[in-house]
Amino acid sequence: MVETQHIAEQTAVAASFLRYIPLAPLLAAAIHMTFGARAGRPFVNVIACAAVALSFIFSCRAVLELAQAGGGTFLLDPVYTWIDAGGLTVDLAFRIDQLSAVMCMIVTGVGFLIHVYSTGYMSHDADFARFFGYLNLFTASMLVLVLGDSLPVMFVGWEGVGLCSYLLIGFWYEDPAKASAGKKAFVVNRVGDAGFLLGMFVLFWAGAESGHASLRFADVNALAPGLSAGVAALAAALLFVGATGKSAQIPLFVWLPDAMAGPTPVSALIHAATMVTAGIYMVARLNVLYLAAPGVMEVVATIGGLTAFGAATVAIVQNDIKKVLAYSTVSQLGYMFLALGVGAFGAALFHVMTHAFFKALLFLGAGSVIHALHEEQDIRNMGGLRAKMPITWITFAVGTAAIAGVPGLSGFFSKDEILASTFDSGHWKLWALGVLTAGMTAFYMTRLFVLTFQGEYRGKREKYEAAEESPLTMTSALIVLAVLAAAGGYLGVPEVLGGSNFFAHYLEPVIGHHALHMGHADEIAVMLISVVVGLGGIVIAYRLYANGPGPDATFAVSGRGLHGTLGNAYYLDTAYDRFVVGGIGALAQVLWRFVDVVVIDGIANGIGRATAALGGSWRHWSTGNVQHYAFSILVGVAVLMLAVALGVAR
Amino acid sequence: MMEPLATPAHYLVLSAIIFCIGALGMVVRRNLIVMFMSVELMLNAANLAFIALANRLGNMDGQTIVFFVMTVAAAEAAIGLAVILALFRNKPTVQADEIGLLKW
Repeated sequence: MVETQHIAEQTAVAASFLRYIPLAPLLAAAIHMTFGARAGRPFVNVIACAAVALSFIFSCRAVLELAQAGGGTFLLDPVYTWIDAGGLTVDLAFRIDQLSAVMCMIVTGVGFLIHVYSTGYMSHDADFARFFGYLNLFTASMLVLVLGDSLPVMFVGWEGVGLCSYLLIGFWYEDPAKASAGKKAFVVNRVGDAGFLLGMFVLFWAGAESGHASLRFADVNALAPGLSAGVAALAAALLFVGATGKSAQIPLFVWLPDAMAGPTPVSALIHAATMVTAGIYMVARLNVLYLAAPGVMEVVATIGGLTAFGAATVAIVQNDIKKVLAYSTVSQLGYMFLALGVGAFGAALFHVMTHAFFKALLFLGAGSVIHALHEEQDIRNMGGLRAKMPITWITFAVGTAAIAGVPGLSGFFSKDEILASTFDSGHWKLWALGVLTAGMTAFYMTRLFVLTFQGEYRGKREKYEAAEESPLTMTSALIVLAVLAAAGGYLGVPEVLGGSNFFAHYLEPVIGHHALHMGHADEIAVMLISVVVGLGGIVIAYRLYANGPGPDATFAVSGRGLHGTLGNAYYLDTAYDRFVVGGIGALAQVLWRFVDVVVIDGIANGIGRATAALGGSWRHWSTGNVQHYAFSILVGVAVLMLAVALGVAR
Repeated sequence: MMEPLATPAHYLVLSAIIFCIGALGMVVRRNLIVMFMSVELMLNAANLAFIALANRLGNMDGQTIVFFVMTVAAAEAAIGLAVILALFRNKPTVQADEIGLLKW
């Protein structure tokens, strides 16, 4: 049962500075890509960070002006009319309301920290100008995505971030595996994008039917309650296909683990903190449409719950530090969709924010480790790094505790809100799945942390000796993110714990009011269960892995089939290769060998051959001997004369 | 007044005979020069027919056309001989059946 208070009509307040939020990084990207390489490393570093900082400052101004403008308003910057065709008008317009304000602050704030970190991480890479060009272009695209006032403008950003993701995953394109990981991300995302486009068409068509074709969010959300159930479900379902692609949900999550081929700051910014939350943002943005399609909401919740659980089980057996975090991201995104599906849009957005903090922190911490160990990513060859890298160690610990749901840290508040909402909405099974996932999250994150930082070092000795703490540009970002990961949850302390849930109330103008029905005692009980399960996961993992990755080998032997299945992510990639890629390959073979070679070539060559055959019987008249020609003329003249003489022709 | 020895019918028959000799020569003789001369024969046969009929009808048009035909024949002779010379430089023969490169 989903119950959300109807959202009041909002009025627009003009704010022409909004366009500078995406424009600043866009210009910076243009500068990097044209003369960044010649201008040199310090210039590129400064411009890259300054552009995002500028966006952040404008975002802050937007948040302040939004607060001053008072309730029932949003800021709008209609730059110009982009499309004016038939009955459809689309403005290139940017919009700041409470929802896009939150996303904007996350993208620019966390984005800025990751840009600063990247200046340190990429300090040895010769291609820094290209890297920061892509990174700034990504930030600009992401800002267009969250600021767009209509679906087409959002789609521009949606495609832009997909492009930048592809470019950055395949950043080290000399390595074929990395280049093909980029391609895979792009192709899988295209599948989702097709759904997004079709969903947009359905909404356009439905709007035209009702006399007002508009793809502005305000108009779509106004239109949604009046739609027939089938049309609303179709549009919501198609758009959700887009969300599963961009936000790595079953069945389209397969690209995200491979996306770890990109530089680690990219994984942190694009594949953890911002781009992958685009699907959640889109669903929250169109919340009225989704509420008009309760069946689709059930699907969203189920997909979310299953993804959260499935990805967590896979994360348990991964040995690549970034792969663990990648599956963890898929799993946490599943939580967010679970929240969306049960109508707790605020909880989903809250988790988007806290996840951006702690997952960016964890990825950057992992990057710091990888940087120190010169591209070592296998946690079986790590251990004992706590002594070498104290700042990375302590910040990583904060991130681990936050994602594991240790009470008091940000992950605890947001995950608890999701689980409480799921329980409250009556989805018992999904709630149980969520709690189980919480336990597994705590387990695999503790495993990762212990194997990386605690115990004895297990890799090559000289690598350990050479390892040292990362430079200040990197550690400073870690520290700021650690503070945010620890304290970010206090924006949304639930009322049962004496808070006011500021975050949810802040978003209410956009996504409506969502209240829990259960009593405080029940809420406390639900909370305690997940806390106990989470802490249990931490304790078990800590005791198991304190002496190295030995238990993994035991598990691999005792549960061989299961271990292999999890290690290969349920063989979904293999299945896709065999059935989808194989099927398309077979189809291509048919198209090539039959349709192209036999039919198309057959028609073209057949016409040629028929003409040649016809000509072949006649061409021997052309002997090349003038006298034969002369004779032909003579005969011709004779025939003509005869015809005239007999009166056949005149 | 005596009837002229030759009536227009005689001229026309002569013209036809000459024309047939020319046409036959054109078709059966292989030497390009002879073929060329055969063409001249046919042209002049036509001229003869024109003159005879012009005389018979008392009309100057036929005589005028003869001048045109002679002009064209002169030009044709110049070009035709030049073509034969050019052919002969490339291939030492003036036999038409030995010059047959432009065929299927």
